[in-house]
Amino acid sequence: MEEKDQRKYFRNLLLHFRPSTVPERTLRLSLTWGLGGMAVVLVFLLIATGLLLKFIYEPVPGSAYDSILYLQSRVPFGQLLRNLHRWSGNALILLTFLHFLRVFYTGAFDPARRFNWTIGLILFAAVVFSNFTGYLLPWDQIAYWAITISTSMLDYLPVVGVGIKRLILGGTEPGTATLMNFYAIHTAILPALLLFILPFHFWRIRKANGLVIPRSPSEDTGYPGPQVDAMPHLIVREVTTALILLAVILLISMFYNAPLADQANPGLSPNPTKAPWYFMGIQELLMHFHPVFSLLVLPSMLMVGLFALPYIDDPTETAGTWFRSRKGRKMALIAMGVSIIGTVAGVLLDEFQFGLNPSGPPDMITNGLWPFAIILAFCAGFYLLMKKLFSATGSEVIQAIFTLLATAFVVLTVIGIWFRGAGMQLMWAG
Amino acid sequence: MGNKKSQEATDSGAPISRRVLLNRIWALAGGLAFAELIILLIAFFRPRRPRSDISAQDAVIIAGAVDRFEPGTVSAFVQGKFYLARLEDGGFLAMSRTCTHLSCTVPWVAGEDRFICPCHASEFDIRGDVINPPAPRALDLYAVSIENNVLKVDTGKLTRRSEFSTDQVTYPKST
Ligand code: HEM
Ligand code: FES
Repeated sequence: MEEKDQRKYFRNLLLHFRPSTVPERTLRLSLTWGLGGMAVVLVFLLIATGLLLKFIYEPVPGSAYDSILYLQSRVPFGQLLRNLHRWSGNALILLTFLHFLRVFYTGAFDPARRFNWTIGLILFAAVVFSNFTGYLLPWDQIAYWAITISTSMLDYLPVVGVGIKRLILGGTEPGTATLMNFYAIHTAILPALLLFILPFHFWRIRKANGLVIPRSPSEDTGYPGPQVDAMPHLIVREVTTALILLAVILLISMFYNAPLADQANPGLSPNPTKAPWYFMGIQELLMHFHPVFSLLVLPSMLMVGLFALPYIDDPTETAGTWFRSRKGRKMALIAMGVSIIGTVAGVLLDEFQFGLNPSGPPDMITNGLWPFAIILAFCAGFYLLMKKLFSATGSEVIQAIFTLLATAFVVLTVIGIWFRGAGMQLMWAG
Repeated sequence: MGNKKSQEATDSGAPISRRVLLNRIWALAGGLAFAELIILLIAFFRPRRPRSDISAQDAVIIAGAVDRFEPGTVSAFVQGKFYLARLEDGGFLAMSRTCTHLSCTVPWVAGEDRFICPCHASEFDIRGDVINPPAPRALDLYAVSIENNVLKVDTGKLTRRSEFSTDQVTYPKST
């Protein structure tokens, strides 16, 4: 009797977005790795810590930096608060990316779920822009110059770029208007947007009758297995994951302080100046390609590809199976290896053979069209080779190409973060 | 809305019913209101104007007497955010300190006789021409004028250029 009442209570409150029963197999850690759930926890942690920061932070260039110093030295637990907000923000990007990978590799974008894939991509964009707009707020040298070079990338977009940059900055260079724009977007518009879109994300999961059912490659589709009560089976797992995550973030925040350099100085660019780490892949691309390609053609092709994916590829047959099939996994591994070697070799070759110190500015043809055509040809060749070699399904080959590109992006990001030193020269570690 | 009667009325080309007409007017008014809202928003977010109007006069910076600057040197003007270069032949160029690659601030490195950008290692010579990419264009220019042997730089307007050419240089009257 008593237990029953308790359940009812939970059903009303906690289960608002959840069904009362879920397929038992979707509870397995090896399906979700708890990634989406952890992302939700971080969204709420960020909102909570962000609200507290709002009581201390002053969004004007003259006092922003000082208010951060004040927060760190005078406010009880101020430094911890800043660390929590900073590390959660970074962790959210990382976890969202991993969640995106898990959704892709378990084929959870079949027709019942493809609209949710679209919603997910929008969520991802909101997460990245939240982090980017927050990056400027401390108004130190790192923040000022990272935003300067990131927004200056827009100058290279034909026709609209300069206008968009002026709109974002509220002028020609970062200043009072920029800080206020970023503050408003970071603390009101994007959090509201996230909170508005997230329920749609969860609603679509319910509409698809829960998550994809995990299956080993040899198992048949169709048999969903037994249902269990969400309370306690699902809820207990969720709460456990949340608590472990909170403990880890808290530990990290106790031992590592969020970076803060000198106050922003528009007259002095530090060497090296880097974009925020999640834009480092794009910055690295920019070092090798003409900007029209690195900032416009390649990213928009990737974007279109990602949004179109569930409409090109229907993974229903293999949904719930990691990497589609055993063959699929082998192909993805090969693609990963090829991509790591290819990307590193490409960067080195460009740096020491073609790209380094040619006389004259980057050229549209030699730095744009040619390498672009070579990369396209390479991907097409890889596609055909894979298809032939493995007599694979479309789904498996698309997965291999996705792996090729995703790995290249990760490798470029890693090179940008760890292997570029003073003057953006390549160097070993550090 | 579109009940059977009004449907027929519109299809046959006969005068449309009052209901359809009213609905269309409503839709039109709604559309107009929406468009107005968009225009308002765009106007609102247009880059903010400076709080106090800087007159054209204030943008002009008096750099000093011509012979204060040796040929082959570059002087930084922190307040106006520009460099004044005097070329070997005695001519003057006023250049923005903003790198044309991704807008870092470029220091003049006197020892190497060039501007070297700390961000991605672009290099520019004393005339602002690109020696080393990734910068795609020469440094932007401000207009220089010379009156009574005094140099004035108009920081109100920036001129883009792809590379150096002699007509960008301002020469003092030879005396
Ligand atoms: C703020 C960012 C995000 C949050 C908080 C979030 C949250 C969640 C949660 C809690 C789940 C439940 C299962 C799980 O943990 O995997 C889920 C599932 C899902 N997510 Fe996300 N997500 C985010 C971003 C994304 C992105 C970037 C994508 C892909 C483009 C995506 C696509 C999906 C799909 C398709 C499902 C259903 C998976 C299935 O049926 O197995 N989400 N998400
Ligand atoms: S900003 Fe000067 S080289 Fe990139």
